[in-house]
Parts: sequence; structure tokens; C-alpha cells
Amino acid sequence: MDLPTFAVQCLNAVQYGLLLFLVASGLTLIFGIMGVINLAHGSFYMLGAYLAFTLAPAFGQNFILMLVVGTLLAALFGYLLEWAFFSYLYQRDHLQQVLMTWALILVFEELRSMLVGNDVHGVQAPDWLSGSIQLGSLMSYPVYRLFASAACIVIGLALWAVVNRTRLGMMIRAGASNRDMVRGLGIHITALYRIVFAGGVALAALAGMIAAPMSSVYPGMGGHVLIICFVVVVIGGIGSISGALIAALLVGFVDTFGKVFFAELSGIGVYLLMAVVLVWRPQGLKGAA
Amino acid sequence: MSFAPKHAALAWATLAAVGTASAQTAPLKVGLMLPFTGTYAALGDNIEKGFKLLVQEQGGKLGGREIQYFRVDDESDPSKATDNVGKLIKRDQVDVIIGTVHSGVALAMARAAKESNTLLIVPNAGADAITGAQCAPNIFRSSFSNWQPGYAAGVVAAQKGYKKAMTITWNYAAGSETVKGFIEGFEKGGGKSIKDLSLPFPNVEFQALLTEIAAQKPDVVFAFFAGGGAVKFVKDYDAAGLKKSVPLVASGFLTDGTLEAQGASAEGILSTLHYADNIDTPRNNAFRKRFALAYKANADVYAVQGYDAAQMLGAGLAAVKGDVKQREALQTAMAKARIDSPRGAFSLSPQHNPVQDIFLREAKGKNNEFRSVAVKALADPGRGCKLP
Amino acid sequence: MSAAQRINRWLPLLAALALAALPAVLSPYLQELVLRIMTLAVFALSLELLVGTTGLVSLGHAAFYGIGAYATVLLSPADAPAPLLPLLAGAMGAAALYALAVGLLSLRTQGVYFIMVTLAFAQMAYFVFHDTKLGGGTDGIYLNVRPVLALGSAVLLDTDNKLQRYALGWAALVATYGVLALLQRSRFGHALAGIRENEQRMRAAGFATLAYKLAAFVIAGALAGLAGFLTATKDGFVNPEMLSWHESGAVLLVIILGGLGHLRGAVIGAVSFVLLKEALSTPALVGPLADRWQLTLGLTIIVAVALLPKGLIGLFKRGGQA
Repeated sequence: MDLPTFAVQCLNAVQYGLLLFLVASGLTLIFGIMGVINLAHGSFYMLGAYLAFTLAPAFGQNFILMLVVGTLLAALFGYLLEWAFFSYLYQRDHLQQVLMTWALILVFEELRSMLVGNDVHGVQAPDWLSGSIQLGSLMSYPVYRLFASAACIVIGLALWAVVNRTRLGMMIRAGASNRDMVRGLGIHITALYRIVFAGGVALAALAGMIAAPMSSVYPGMGGHVLIICFVVVVIGGIGSISGALIAALLVGFVDTFGKVFFAELSGIGVYLLMAVVLVWRPQGLKGAA
Repeated sequence: MSFAPKHAALAWATLAAVGTASAQTAPLKVGLMLPFTGTYAALGDNIEKGFKLLVQEQGGKLGGREIQYFRVDDESDPSKATDNVGKLIKRDQVDVIIGTVHSGVALAMARAAKESNTLLIVPNAGADAITGAQCAPNIFRSSFSNWQPGYAAGVVAAQKGYKKAMTITWNYAAGSETVKGFIEGFEKGGGKSIKDLSLPFPNVEFQALLTEIAAQKPDVVFAFFAGGGAVKFVKDYDAAGLKKSVPLVASGFLTDGTLEAQGASAEGILSTLHYADNIDTPRNNAFRKRFALAYKANADVYAVQGYDAAQMLGAGLAAVKGDVKQREALQTAMAKARIDSPRGAFSLSPQHNPVQDIFLREAKGKNNEFRSVAVKALADPGRGCKLP
Repeated sequence: MSAAQRINRWLPLLAALALAALPAVLSPYLQELVLRIMTLAVFALSLELLVGTTGLVSLGHAAFYGIGAYATVLLSPADAPAPLLPLLAGAMGAAALYALAVGLLSLRTQGVYFIMVTLAFAQMAYFVFHDTKLGGGTDGIYLNVRPVLALGSAVLLDTDNKLQRYALGWAALVATYGVLALLQRSRFGHALAGIRENEQRMRAAGFATLAYKLAAFVIAGALAGLAGFLTATKDGFVNPEMLSWHESGAVLLVIILGGLGHLRGAVIGAVSFVLLKEALSTPALVGPLADRWQLTLGLTIIVAVALLPKGLIGLFKRGGQA
């Protein structure tokens, strides 16, 4: 493999990894802070993609505005969902959460089928992001992918800032290490959970919206993302956002280069990575020991 | 009182007449096992619509018998297939099964149909084995074998003078069989595939492999993807700049039903399939018009396959006047039938797969437009089939 | 002991007798349905040993089920019936071997990490069958001739016969339930329960907890392989989807639905899940809603878990009876 190709493959790996990070960050927050295993997280990603498909015609070239509006809508949806459904799950043990959220996936899939049908859809990227940068004689790198990576980095930094530099973030971090203590300190835990959950949903939906012009919008897209997401969260350490970033990038590289070098068994690569990491560090790369 | 032999004979004759009459006027039980939920729901939906359209055109009857439908969702899950088809065979005791889309499911159905000697018509699943190693007198197909469009694409690519090709598909049976067909057709015309790329189904991260294609610089790329993956691939191919530099030839499923989602990225892609939306024959035009009138949607290759499955069944039933108990005669009639399909008339190969023209189409706007006949009357070799 | 308690004690035996008598009154289709339930019950019981008894939540249990099924097909000759007992031993052995390997590598992790590492190993097995030539690829492979139990030249049980297949499934379920019930009452079973409650305390008391957990893991794997064997002989067809995480998730759902910590819960869960799905997808019963079975099934499960936090077995418990 020559150097330019290698460089492009690295770019591919990073771009994929950053998008995974965006989806996984929401999951690790919900999992880490609230201790809720949410199998329906992939459905929020799908929600974002279908939101993009629905809103794109109305917003035209105002892509960033559409992302903002979509994120707010998703956050609102998350807030209501937490109030109506998830708040009942905290008292339940992990396994019941698994069961309820698995059932929720079925419900979401059916609702999606009834509301928007079963067809495959595409989302057009706005014109100002539709160009390509020529690399070498045959290949060009789409500008949109660079935008997606940049967006993920920006959002990731914003997330880091909120978690590490604000009061809310302080409460979130405290809740991740010791939930009971936080409650004991009189912090309004219900509101905190609701906000965190809404944030997690918003992150996943935003990832779906950003991904929509690159991938397509189709039934079952949530399921594919879900399991990789869990793998990323576990490798990184539950509740750790920086861990999720490192893990997502690792997964991006393993997936990309695995496809090129080990075509037949590339599917295994990611799981092998997870097994190796967990055997070496059973709590994940950055999880609390 | 004793019955005179004459009375007895009359009594028996009446009973027999009433018996067969009621057997013939009782509805024919048709079992539809298709994906009604999930990724392939749109395909299953169109197959069902096509089938029912033909029945409607025949006045709601096939072979003089009313149709009673039984529906089972195949869940697109091969591990549940045997249980699901069992519902139709054992619980509902249907006379014929129509299904399905997914090859893994169809293979399980073929097995169950063989064991219970139930008539099965496959309206999509292209697994070569169904009319190959797993063929049977009671198994028919109204669609295609994976090999057919691939082979035709290979012939087309060789005719265009390309010498070095790369193939890319998912690592599953449908993908590898289609690619094998392409390589066979391409090498016959003097070309060579320099590298065959694949990624695990249903992974859709193509970037790594597109970069690989750019690095190897082939003359042409052959791709097989369907559904959501097809949309993403075509868009990624364009976004990576490959659309301008390396021509793409594909199996028709890359652009069937997906053009609207693919937009400008699909413009000009050549594909081979046994159907094209704008085949300008009276038969196809009439069919598309009636379909649009009945369902307010455009027909596609899946609708045609469902429609032809009904035609096939109808031809068989007509020959036995609706008496489905005369199975051998029914199956022989179906095997010999000439189906007046919207794609063009076809008959079946000895292995019960359509012998049909494969068309070269070009994606223009929202349609795959007919350009020429890539290969005329192409028959799948039916490798491994032991039928005479 | 009150009359109710006495009936409760004998319930499993009564159920076994009822199951044995069912073929006499059921249509062939319903017989197959019951066989399906019994096979799922064996699979669920094997997971119950891990989750309910030992407290090890595995999200990769379908791997052993699938390996048992694939071993059944791959070890069978192409054109003659395989001898049943050696084939069964081979299937269960293959599953147990993989369970040993996975257990050795994953039992060092705890809690959610353990769940994920079992998932990882299951996915690896899935991809081996899905993407390589070993298992015939994504479309699966056929079992050409079903195994036969023969003594010399006398055929005792031919799994090609539907009724005899039912008998085999019934025997497998009864044996599995019986073995697990005995296990639970034994010292080994009590040690497992202790590990579930508080592993550190058990270790402090001198138990080699890792060895106990590994033993439970391997036994559970072998029993899952038994369920895989039953499915392979029933369908005559195996497919990589049998090892998918959907399958692992489904069997976990079954025992949660039924009620964790009780062997009966696993069986009740299996019965309920199959019947529920069957009922919700039958047009004759629910009319046009049959197409929306995913929605109705999802909602029903949510309601059931919300109302019965201890699972369906909570319906049968009266006043603190175990």
C-alpha cells in the first residue's frame, strides 16, 4: 500500500471513528450516569436520520440550522420519553431494562414503518458541502465527510467543555461515580437524569442527521449501529467520554484496515479487539476500576 | 329395501360429481410467505401486489377457482424459516406456497416444500441452488438466478473492450454467486478480474474498499448491492470521485427501487437485469398502467415477478381444470408453459428457472431505461440439478 | 403442607406427563409447535443455570446453541443416518469446548463487561460461520439425513419420524429439568447460589469461585448445544443466524419474562413467548394486526414487565412461596 493510499485510509478510519464516537457518547452518558442499559439507542440514531430526511426539504441550504432544530426536537423527544417511560426503569434491575428497551426497539420499528413507510431514502447534502477534493489521479475525498468529521470534533469539544467546565457537568461526573451520594447531597436527581437522557438522545439523533447524507435512510439502520456502539462504550469504559473517543477511533481503524487486509474475517476484527481489551483491562480502557 | 345396482351406481356417480365439483369450487389455498416487516417489506409488498393484480385480471380466479390467501411474515430470518413455512404447510394446509425474497429463507422453504411435497413458486430469491443442487419437480421460480444478471454484465463489460475489472459486493451467497456469474461472462469475452473485494453483510462502510479500487486502477468495476446498501454505495462511489474515473457496471439491483434516493449519483450507471421499467411493448405498458391504477404506485421488477408467479400457477391450473390434486400434470404444465410476461415472453429451463432476455439499462432520472438486450434467452446452467 | 403447596411440588411432574400425552390430542402442526416450545425451554433452562442460579448474565449464549446445531450437521455423513448418541455427544461436546474457551477468557470480567465479552465471543463465532466456507456461508447448510438410534440392526428411534422427534425433545426437556433441579439442590448448586449472592464472601470462605463459575458455564454451554441439536434435527437446516445476538437476546428475554431464579420460570417464559408471538402473528386470531406483530409483541412485553417485575412466575406465586 503506497503512502497516499495509506493516508486516505487513515482519513477514512478517523471519519468513521468520529461518527461512532458521537453516537457512543450519548450511550455512555446514559449508561454511565443513570446505569440504564438502553438497547433502543440505535433507534435514536435512526430517528435522527429520518428527521433529516423529513426536515431537509423544508430547510434547503440551511443545513446547520436544520441540524440545530433537529437536535432540539430530538432532545425534547428524549426529555418526554424519559419522563414517560425510562424514569420507571431506574428501580428495575439491568435485565428488566434490557427487556423493556428491547421491546421498545420493536415498537419504534413498527411506528417508523407506519409513519414513514419501508422505503429506502436518500438525503441530499447542501450545495456548499457537496464538492470533492481531488487526491491523486482517480480519487477525490468528499467535502461532506470532512465536514462530518469537523462537526463531530466540535461537538465532542463542546461535550467535554460541558462535562468538565460547568456545574451541570460536575453533577454529571459526580453522578457517574456515585449516584447515591449525589442524591444524598440534595441535588435534584430527577431533573439531572432527565437532562442527561435528553442529551444522550440528542447526541445519537445528531449523529444520525449528520450521517444521513452519507449513508442512506432505511429500515433496520439502528440495529447495525447499536451493537458497534455498545462495543465502543465497553472498550472505552462505561461512563467515560474520553474513553469512548479513543475506543471509537480504535474501532474505526480496525474496521477500515481490517476490510483491506482481512476481507473474509474483517467482521470479527472489532470483537477481537474488544475481547483483547477486556481480557487485559476488564473495566475498559478508561473505566473506573 | 334393497338398492338396485342401477340406483347404487347413480348414487355413487352423484356423490362423485358433487365431490369433485365441490373440490373444484372450493377456494384454492395460496400461502404467501414474504417479508411483511423489516428491510425487505417494500419488496414483499410489491410481489404480493403483482400476484393479486393478475388474479384480479382473471376475475378473481385461477383455473376456475377462487383464491383464499394465507399470509405469513418471513421475518427475513432463515433460522425461523422452517417454523414459519410450517405454519402454511401444516396449520393452514395450503395448496401452493409463494415466497420469498431472502435466499437463506427460501432455501429453508425449499427444503420444507420438498419434504412435504408442497408446490413452491419462488418470486424473487435468486440463490442458484434453488434451481441447482436443491431443484425438485415441485419447486419453480418466476424471477431469476443470481448467476444470470452477473453473467450478462460480464458479457457487456467484455464487449465494451474492458480488460481489467474489480468486483465488489457483500460477502454472502447472493453477492458471491452474482460476482461468479460476472467473472464467467467477463473472462469468456477475454477480460480478467484483478481483485474481488467484499465486506461482511450488512456492513455499509465502503470507504476503505473504494480507496483500494482507486489504488488498483481497474478499467471497470462490477458491483452488487441492494436496498439501503445500494443507495449508500452509489453515493459513496460518486463522492469518492470514482464515478468520473472508473466506469461502474452493476447487477440491476444496485439501481432498482433506489434511484430516487440515489439522485444524481446514479445518473448513467449501466446495469443488467431481466426487466427495465420502460420496455416499450404493449404488454408491459398495459401491465404498468393497470398496476398504477390499482395501487397508485409504479410497478417494479418485484411486482413483475409476483405477477408472473400467478401466471405460472394459472397456466398449470388451467391445464388440470383447477384440480390441484393432479399434481404431476399440474407441474408438467407449469414446466412447459410459455409465460406472457411484461418483461417479454419466457419459458422455464429444465430446472424450472426462467430462460429470459437480460436487458442492459442505463439510469436516467427516476428510471432505469432500456438500452439494449445484453444477452438473449439466457438460461442458468442449473449446476448440480438432477432433474431431467 | 397445604393442598396448594402439595400440587405446587408435583407440578413439574404433572406438566411432564401432560406434555407426553399431548400428541394424542393435537394436530401435527400444534405438535410441532409444542416441540418448538420444548426445544426453546431446554435452551432457556441452560441460560437459567448461568443467569438465575449463578448470577452470570451472558449475552452470547446463542453461540453454543448454534455450534451444537452446526456440529450436528457437519458431523453427519452426507448420505446415511448418523448414530444418534455419538452425534449428540459430538454436538454437546463441541458446544462445551467453546464454552470452556470462552469461559477461561471472560470470567475474569465482571458485571456489564462480562455481558459484553460474552457477546464478543458469540459474534466471533457468528462471523466464522457467516463469512467463511466452514459453515456453508450465509445461506446455511442442510442436514441431509437425520440421525437414528439403533442397537445393532434394530432401529429404536428414527428422528426422521415426527412423533419420535417429539419424544426425543420431551426426553431432552425432562432430563435437562431433572438434572438442573438436582444440581440446584446439591452442594455444587448451593455454592453457585452463594457466588450469586456474594462472590467475595464465598472466596473468603475458601471456595475456588472461578472453577465453580467455569463449571457452570461449561454445563450451560453443553445444554445449549443440546437445544441446538434438537433444532437441527427438527428443521434439517442450520443457518448462521442461530448464533446471532438477536437469538442470544431473545433467549435472555424468555427467562426474564418467565421469572429469574426459578427453573419453572424458564419453561413458563418459553411457553409464553412462543405462544404470544404465534398468537400475535396469526391473522385468524388478531386479524389485520397480524402484520404489526412487532408492535403488539413489544407493547405486550413492556406491559407484562411493568406489571410483573418478577416475571410471569409472579402470577403463580401466592404469599411468599418459593
